Amino acid sequence: MIGYALRRLLQAIPTLFVVVTLSFFLMRLAPGGPFDLERPLPAAAMENLKRIYGLDQPLIVQYGRYLLSLMQGDLGPSFSFRDLTVNDLFARGLPVSATLGALALALALALGLALGTLAAFRRGRLADRLVGLGASLGLAVPTFVTAPLLQIVFGLSLGWLPVGGWDGGSPRNLVLPVLTLALPQVAAVARLTRSALNEVLAQPHIRTLRAMGQPPYRVALQALRGALLPVISTLGPVAAALLTGSVVVETIFGLPGIGRYFVDGALNRDYTLVMGTVVLVAVMVVVFNLLADLLAAIVDPRLRLGA
Amino acid sequence: MEQRGAMMAAAAPRARSLSALARQRLTRNRPALAALVTLVAVALACLAGPFLTGHAPERIYPDLVRMKPSLAAHPQPDTVRPAIERIAFRMRLAVEDYAISDGTVRLTLASPKPINERSLSYLPRSDLFGPARILERSADGRRLVVETRVQRLRFLLGTDVVGRDLLTRCLVAGRISLLIGLTATLVALLVGVGYGALSGMLGGVSDAIMMRVLDVLYALPFVFFVIVLLVFFRANLWLVLVAVAAVEWLDMARIVRTQTLALKGRDFVRAAQALGLTTGAILIRHIVPNTLGPIVVAATLLVPRVILLESFLSFLGLGVQEPATSWGVLIAEGSRALESAPWMLGAPAGFLVVSLIALNVLGDGLADALDPRLSEPR
Repeated sequence: MIGYALRRLLQAIPTLFVVVTLSFFLMRLAPGGPFDLERPLPAAAMENLKRIYGLDQPLIVQYGRYLLSLMQGDLGPSFSFRDLTVNDLFARGLPVSATLGALALALALALGLALGTLAAFRRGRLADRLVGLGASLGLAVPTFVTAPLLQIVFGLSLGWLPVGGWDGGSPRNLVLPVLTLALPQVAAVARLTRSALNEVLAQPHIRTLRAMGQPPYRVALQALRGALLPVISTLGPVAAALLTGSVVVETIFGLPGIGRYFVDGALNRDYTLVMGTVVLVAVMVVVFNLLADLLAAIVDPRLRLGA
Repeated sequence: MEQRGAMMAAAAPRARSLSALARQRLTRNRPALAALVTLVAVALACLAGPFLTGHAPERIYPDLVRMKPSLAAHPQPDTVRPAIERIAFRMRLAVEDYAISDGTVRLTLASPKPINERSLSYLPRSDLFGPARILERSADGRRLVVETRVQRLRFLLGTDVVGRDLLTRCLVAGRISLLIGLTATLVALLVGVGYGALSGMLGGVSDAIMMRVLDVLYALPFVFFVIVLLVFFRANLWLVLVAVAAVEWLDMARIVRTQTLALKGRDFVRAAQALGLTTGAILIRHIVPNTLGPIVVAATLLVPRVILLESFLSFLGLGVQEPATSWGVLIAEGSRALESAPWMLGAPAGFLVVSLIALNVLGDGLADALDPRLSEPR
């Protein structure tokens, strides 16, 4: 298992290499630079700035330097947040994004599994239909519609919760962003759980359990174990979707997370900040996919041999 | 004998093609059918609707800003009087008498100085009234009796913050959203099918390498790439399209490859190979047509994802740019005006959500119809 994990991590290296290379050259080939202001800087000042940040070197040298420092875990100085390195910015932003993501993931799993199970056990009845309807709605309503709606209902009309801001991560500020982020994933997990459970419930071993007169909750537990596999295998993509979704959610709710830094960085042509975010997200996606696969192997022993 | 023959003919099951069976299954699936009807209706409305609403999408009615959605005609009776006073103020005239009857207003306008008739053009310019007709003019020219028609403008979904008809704008935006959805899906379809079929057909080392490349691409944070791309190279419609298609072809490639691998060993493909057909010819003639079912399903489910991605980018201000507009652009505008004009979010979001749900339901229905094995047991 450990060997498998290590091998997977090694396989991720080419992926990360492609990510770094592609984003590096993509950005440098684009017109415009980080020091283009409304009023152009004097040529000498521009020269100095470029020298300090190493932008006067040939592109390939810059690329080599970036790769070298990246391997030492140094993401370089930020161009738009003067005096701060990208590492500093991430040290501030990552806890925000991670809190959001982790809570949203937990909510999506808890609520999604519960609703999906309910729908599967009440198949064809009102509860099933309601969950189905809610799920297709949850998948179709984009976060940038949910977020303003939640803001106006709970923030402005009812005045229960703040419409935005971080405030040191107080629970009151977290409710709306987490809810917004989690809703589409709740829908996805619920749909998946329902269809997987429906399949498992038709299998002989579940029928046997029922025939033996086992109480419904034991049947449910047994069936869930089999139905969990498809849900787990989507955890990687779900985590990636949460990361992407946080760009919108952090922008709308004004949260100082990675997504916000990314958008600001892109708008300011902050090469290192954008690169850093892309690399960070790529690493996270790789790690989450790996975790999902390992978890799948724990739930389903058959997968361990194939690995 | 004859009787028996007739009975047999009646009892013999009629041979039906797969597509006929699929069509039958689809027409029995009421939600899928309803979704199909909805989609056709939305598409037709977007294509023809803007000509029927009576407003041009860019037409601004400065006096009719943030009108609520309603069936009633504007200006409404209770707003005619204040509107007249406002216009008279601009004309620097006093309203001495005012009578409204049957869609026309009769006004007696007065001024200390002789009235310049050209100032009457303020009336039609406000969009609320038609051209003024002079009925009576006093000898000294300081009093004027004019008659003007009250306009009857309808804004079924209200107007936006600058006074444009929201329904027309939603429909025009729908054209772009649907166009991007369809075109990007088509591009993703062609690339994905080509890549997947080729990979599956070639097999061996080529297949392994091509799949490895796909794995690498899968792990890329594509949405972030697209954002970088759009920010750094000025966003435009075609770039959005290409960017979206570039993200979404991967799934298609996987699906087609799996199908191709399954088909490759079948006798009719071997026969084609034995006859000396080239790989390309076999792909086009034998492999791709046989993978059409899953491809159609995947494509139908891809359209809503593409539309959603486009609207996400447009919401961030990176997608479709003014004066062109898409549902995502309108939603972004609406969320900024949410407090004063909630319908500005509701209308485009409604169009978007209804279309997405319909596409998803139709995709699920097609999946059931084209491959009953894939559908859950009923």
